[in-house]
Amino acid sequence: MIDHLNISEDELHAYVDGELAADRRSAVESWLTTHPEDAAKVAAWRKQAESIQARYGSVADEKPPQRLNVARLACRRRNGWIAAAAAAALAAFIAGGFAGWTVRGIEARSPSDRDRFTADALEAYRLYVVEVRHPVEVPGDQRPHLVEWLSKRLGSPLRAPELDRMGLKLVGGRLLPGPTGASAFFMYEGASGERFTLYCGHTTDQETALRYTTGNQNAAYYWVDRNLAYVLSGPAERDKLHDIAQAAYDQIDLRNPAHGG
Amino acid sequence: MSEFGQRIEATIPALRRYARALTRDAETADDIVQDTLVRALRSEHLFIGGDVRAWLYTILTNLNRNRLRSMSRRPTLTPIKDSDAAMGPDLGSRDIARALDDLAEEQRAALLLVVLEGLTYREVAEVQGVPIGTVMSRLARARLQIKAFLDGERPALRRVK
Repeated sequence: MIDHLNISEDELHAYVDGELAADRRSAVESWLTTHPEDAAKVAAWRKQAESIQARYGSVADEKPPQRLNVARLACRRRNGWIAAAAAAALAAFIAGGFAGWTVRGIEARSPSDRDRFTADALEAYRLYVVEVRHPVEVPGDQRPHLVEWLSKRLGSPLRAPELDRMGLKLVGGRLLPGPTGASAFFMYEGASGERFTLYCGHTTDQETALRYTTGNQNAAYYWVDRNLAYVLSGPAERDKLHDIAQAAYDQIDLRNPAHGG
Repeated sequence: MSEFGQRIEATIPALRRYARALTRDAETADDIVQDTLVRALRSEHLFIGGDVRAWLYTILTNLNRNRLRSMSRRPTLTPIKDSDAAMGPDLGSRDIARALDDLAEEQRAALLLVVLEGLTYREVAEVQGVPIGTVMSRLARARLQIKAFLDGERPALRRVK
């Protein structure tokens, strides 16, 4: 049969990759014994595959870094929510007593936007401030593009505050998933390398003034302005953080929506 | 952890291997794997059954393509070749890493999915969203180009005295 006599190059590839049925396989094998050029091709392709496997195969034996832990990544969504809900419920209970509990119970069962935004913002802060090479997706020297892009993704005009007065330079920004959809993330850096981040997303919460939350080594200020929740995160130095948050708050408050960057 | 989470977790070593070869940079590779996992976990409801592994390879392949596109939009920050830092000590490894560097992204992905990850042509076609014939021509071009590169079209090392 003619197709036993003619082996296409496609079939040679399929042969190397184990994609051929048994009968075509043996046809190729006998072809190769009489066609040294094709045999050399097949040998070269196999050698390539072996080199690739030798170079990268061992990566699969490495222990994955902690940041790829699925339980931890999933936790951020599920348990994080439950813990925040529990904390919010407890806070409502303590604040309101039993009478308050029954009245506020429905609200208290789900975490507030403040809890969720602050938790996500601090998580993003911890994750990205340690990055040396890839702290941001779009660098700060492209501020207009960065702001335009994030504004478009959030569907609201944003502004990356100018914090030069506080000695902080805009490193750049990222788009992140947030509690209510897309969130914008801006990173700033001081002269000695200390970093602060501003996290921002949509909320239906009422406007608020600055609210302080502190963790182990990091802290955050949360506020709401025109349906946008903001979280400024940084090292846990309350006064300094407050000054920066206040500066950002003032600029965003005075912003002119047409004034993009 | 959910069964879905466990199935995702079991794939991480292979995803890291694929991402490392795809990007030739350990940090970038783990960044992409992390983004892949976050997206997968968030999109559990979108997963309609079937092979979780192929689905994760699809997400990762798309994320890497997007990354390269956004890098090309900001050339000033793009490292020219990351492979220098990721290279192994022996010349053989160096050559295959450089050879991979030279390939067009979709050819590199097709070749790695087949020879490193052991996917079938049909699975690669699904991951890349193209017909099987396209996968095969990508493979053929990738192998031809790697062979040409290894056979001596590799740029000579320049020495400055």
